[in-house]
Amino acid sequence: MSSGQPPFNSPEIQRLTPVLGPGHTYASVTDKISAIVLTRPTSLGWFIGFAIAFSLMGMMTVAIAWLVTKGTGIWGINIPIGWGFAIVNFVWWIGIGHAGTLISAILFLLNQKWRTSINRFAEAMTLFAVACAGIFPLIHTGRPWMAFYMFPYPSTMGLWPQFRSPLIWDVFAVSTYGTVSLMFWFVGLIPDLATLRDRAIAKPAQIVYGMLAMGWRNSARHWHRYQSAYLLLAGLATPLVLSVHTVVSFDFAIAIVPGWHTTIFPPYFVAGAIYSGFAMVLTIAIPLRKAYDLQEFITMRHLDNMAKVMLATGLIVAYGYFIEFFMANYSGNKFDVFLVQQRLHGPYAPFYFALILCNILLPQLLWFYKMRHNVVVLFLMSIVVNIGMWLERFVIVVISLTRDFVPSAWGRYTPTFWDWATFIGTIGMFVTLIFLFVRVLPAISIAEMRELVAETSEEDQ
Amino acid sequence: MKEHRSHLYGVMGEFETPERLIHAVEKTREAGYRRLDAYAPFPVEGLSEALGLNRWSDNLVPQITLLGGLAGGLGGFLFQLWVNVSSYPMNIGGRPLNSWPAFIPVTFELTILGASLSAVLGMLAMNKLPQPHHPVFGNDRFQKHASSDRYFICIEARDPKFNAGDARKFLEGLKAQRVSEVEDD
Repeated sequence: MSSGQPPFNSPEIQRLTPVLGPGHTYASVTDKISAIVLTRPTSLGWFIGFAIAFSLMGMMTVAIAWLVTKGTGIWGINIPIGWGFAIVNFVWWIGIGHAGTLISAILFLLNQKWRTSINRFAEAMTLFAVACAGIFPLIHTGRPWMAFYMFPYPSTMGLWPQFRSPLIWDVFAVSTYGTVSLMFWFVGLIPDLATLRDRAIAKPAQIVYGMLAMGWRNSARHWHRYQSAYLLLAGLATPLVLSVHTVVSFDFAIAIVPGWHTTIFPPYFVAGAIYSGFAMVLTIAIPLRKAYDLQEFITMRHLDNMAKVMLATGLIVAYGYFIEFFMANYSGNKFDVFLVQQRLHGPYAPFYFALILCNILLPQLLWFYKMRHNVVVLFLMSIVVNIGMWLERFVIVVISLTRDFVPSAWGRYTPTFWDWATFIGTIGMFVTLIFLFVRVLPAISIAEMRELVAETSEEDQ
Repeated sequence: MKEHRSHLYGVMGEFETPERLIHAVEKTREAGYRRLDAYAPFPVEGLSEALGLNRWSDNLVPQITLLGGLAGGLGGFLFQLWVNVSSYPMNIGGRPLNSWPAFIPVTFELTILGASLSAVLGMLAMNKLPQPHHPVFGNDRFQKHASSDRYFICIEARDPKFNAGDARKFLEGLKAQRVSEVEDD
């Protein structure tokens, strides 16, 4: 079938696709990764990319300022479609934010060595995606300055949040996820910050990295507790990452709206989140390894494995689409039957077919070894999957809300300029943060790469 | 007026590979030294055992994490119960006030939050971090290589058996690449 693929786990494939390029020592991995931050001059490409991304982020700021001035009327939402782009984008971003913790925590517990060189920037990507996600429900409240109402604080009115509502569960799930992801990322960074502190030449860099490293001195007694804390965090983050998109899916599944009220939603949302997250990791990894010559650290083995994870989770998502369709017809509930027909024949049918094309049909190319080892194909595929997963959330939110129980409550939804400006603006913010991150922090975990050097040199003996 | 003079913090030996470091730590402990620490740029497998670190008394992070998780979970659940049953009860169509299944998602999230915060803060507290300065940073070789590619062992002056000359000779006997004294400033 897939021609040209050597047998799985054969010595040949180990040699062709190692997790670390040959000939690396403790000093060489340290030098190479820390040099990106400390000594390498900032390239013109970085400035151009940053300028574009930062302009888009500026557009987001303008769009939000205008929203705060005029209210949510500047968006395309209106009854019956109260959710629109804000919720589509929220679910899309938070889904993307799942890959980082998955790579860091679950692959760590499963002792997968290939996670080492991609976990750091995948975690950073998670944080930035969660930051983008967090903006949308906040501004969607219409009065973001009242958002603290969602947290339980002793108010003079004696009121508390409605703890029986999935929207409040969401507040707790997303804020816990953001906090734990930040801690996980920072704990992983501490030894690397110490390395940067020791290697920095400029005084300001020494001071800043020194303060962030908190006096880490690589003591074995510290490592002893550090490893324990890191393992525990991984164990805690694993159920957390599965719970977050489950809770996000409850926002839909707890409601009785046709197309939302189904039990397949939690697992299918989690699989979709991992799917889009891995796609985004590839979208970032491929240009990053090219721009900073990291092909020996982020090898074809990593890209190949990520493509396989995408293929597997994509098939789970495909199963989810099938079950949605099947259960609606099998239940005989006329509203559910009508809704799936609307997906196929309604005014938003092109979106549904584009979604099937992007999420199910095109990714089947990843079955082929040659496709998984073609960087251009992988990059394009990751973009296609990102678009597909955005369309999925659009289909779920918009088709159900425009076609619920009675025709008098039907409607149409068209996003406005400000919807697009906010959405594209958050992409700008995401890219801006990624650019800043690769410039000031090590994009690959140096301490873990040294561990990998130790492990791979043992294997050679 | 107290006379100012520098005290010795310890004697430090430098090694090239993690295997040699583990070997040196084992020998040092066999020789009867107890107040010592090893430094490696990544967590070296077997180093904790070589140092004789106790699973329980030298690492309270798991226990702290368990307590934090219990506090987060119980606190979260009991708080929701109190809010809905006692502080602001609302009768909605006669449904039970203690609708505990609806409280589970928030309870779960707060369990994870409590446990994770305690794991991280507990680890930092037990390691006595942040600690801006430490005598070992005064050593040039340590400053340059401890966070990159060299492995260090430090026999501390507070060890009852400590004698600067003996410790230096001992580490040299272990084939340490460089042996130097660490000042306590």
